[in-house]
Amino acid sequence: MTNAITAEQVRHIGRLARIELTDDQADAFGRQLADIVGYFDKLKELDTDGVEPMVHALEVTNVLAADVAEASLDAAAALANAPDRDGDYFKVPKVIGDS
Amino acid sequence: MNDILNLSALELRDAIASGAVTSSAAVEAYLAAIAAHEQALGAFTQVFADRAREQAARVDADRAAGRPVGVLGGVPLAVKDNMCTAYGRTTCGSKMLANFHAPYTATAVGRLERAGAIVLGKTNLDEFAMGSSTESSALAATRNPWDTHRVPGGSSGGSAAGVAARMCAGALGSDTGGSIRQPAAFCGVVGLKPTYGRVSRLGLVAYGSSLDQIGPMTVDVSDAALLAGVISGHDPKDSTSINAPVPDYLAGLDTPPPGLRIGLPREFYSQALDGEIHAAIDQAVEVYRRAGAKVVDVSLPHSRIDVAADGALSSYAVACYYIVAMSEASSNLARYDGVHYGHRTGRRVEDIIELYSFSRAEGFGDEVKRRIMLGTYTLSSGYYDAYYNKALKVRRLIAGDFARAFGDCDVLLCPVAPTTAFRVGEKTADPLTMYLADIYTISVNLAGLPGLAIPAGVSPAGLPIGMQLIGPAFSEDVLLRAGRLYEKASGVTRLRPKMV
Repeated sequence: MTNAITAEQVRHIGRLARIELTDDQADAFGRQLADIVGYFDKLKELDTDGVEPMVHALEVTNVLAADVAEASLDAAAALANAPDRDGDYFKVPKVIGDS
Repeated sequence: MNDILNLSALELRDAIASGAVTSSAAVEAYLAAIAAHEQALGAFTQVFADRAREQAARVDADRAAGRPVGVLGGVPLAVKDNMCTAYGRTTCGSKMLANFHAPYTATAVGRLERAGAIVLGKTNLDEFAMGSSTESSALAATRNPWDTHRVPGGSSGGSAAGVAARMCAGALGSDTGGSIRQPAAFCGVVGLKPTYGRVSRLGLVAYGSSLDQIGPMTVDVSDAALLAGVISGHDPKDSTSINAPVPDYLAGLDTPPPGLRIGLPREFYSQALDGEIHAAIDQAVEVYRRAGAKVVDVSLPHSRIDVAADGALSSYAVACYYIVAMSEASSNLARYDGVHYGHRTGRRVEDIIELYSFSRAEGFGDEVKRRIMLGTYTLSSGYYDAYYNKALKVRRLIAGDFARAFGDCDVLLCPVAPTTAFRVGEKTADPLTMYLADIYTISVNLAGLPGLAIPAGVSPAGLPIGMQLIGPAFSEDVLLRAGRLYEKASGVTRLRPKMV
């Protein structure tokens, strides 16, 4: 199976997954990912024409709760693990440029 | 050994209820066992000694005053550290959540506590439950009490090692592809993976949401029945939990299922299976035959295990499972963004994307990164149909095989893992060989079925061997009764490693 995943592809996947990769990691992960994806290709041996995808273990339909307001997590508890906060807000670095 | 540690959870519950033993004495006995073995095994991420002592004192006071103490009144248990507790930390064995304090307690853990159980501590796991050896925990690797040079299996390795070494009277694990059953087999304990939807997943840190299920890990089948009865049931806050009555698993436990038909999936008895495990399973089949069970040959063609000329194993089910699990993982773990909770990078960042990318690069270990990236790949445009959608179709074929097999039998009997516990470090270099440790367990999760791992003996090298019973959805009562039948007929139960 020739399923080479290039270092550039790995970096692209890393960007999509929001995981920064060093060059060494991109190389190592690239080899491992190629091996594993090559293994996934085994499924191509199977004819699945006309088979309905199985998205869930049990065929359950939507479960709807009654439209009744209930107490939920209060702001203090929700913010208790925040790496940085400003009052009742999660704080992040500036996202929009100065200009 | 302390007499208390010889008791099962059920016996300890009865001893506390009758006043023969106090909960405080039980907590002290288990804390002493943890003190004796924790350094060698690394089974726990945290021990709540003070909290446990206070709760035990309360149970003892309640009992003395004649107040009810619950069906697990005063029994010290442990829970895997991917289940949220409103006390202590919920680390998932990850640097990402090293200091995470969950705002609420998982439903399954809360059910234990409402039944009077005492949560003695939280157990180690592969990071985010992604692994089969408990070596990928960011804290430390857990060791097998039968041989500390070997792994306890995973990802619920801390729970398995803790129960095997009698550091707790029982534990909860979680199972996405075998993470309760395989460590149970490696450590010589009982592990039940319930039907998908039987136990609430609320507060279980999500890995593969269509596969994950919490279940008990115990010294014998009766304890598994006891704990399963407590944690099972509908939870309005988990829309995938099933609203169906929970049978009293203990009540009928000693009544063997009438006319029991045992199916042997022929694809599981190939050259991939270690000879000593094959021999142990053959003996178990004989035990059932002598007990009057009918043994039939069945087929699970899409769970077939192929062995290449060079010995490499492959299986449609393993490929299908890892595509589904990794795709779900990549989506589930997107929540770790360094903003709401969890690790945030200390590096200077130019924008929000760098904040995410640096935080995640620092917070996740290699195996978690591999799985997130593979899941990102299989869900990405251009590959979605070739991998993810294809895997969902194969998933239906795998589930269909089970449905057909259960036309001819009540339960399937098969191995849990292809080998006994492997050596620490043996499989860490090659992720694919590690994935194949799950070859006999993953199909069960894909089909959403219950699976029970129970000890089937000890190998000539002195390592436990497990066997697995698989049944149709919501047949936990049948599995437990069939397991209990084997325990009684074979005498193989409550295995004990030399260290305890």
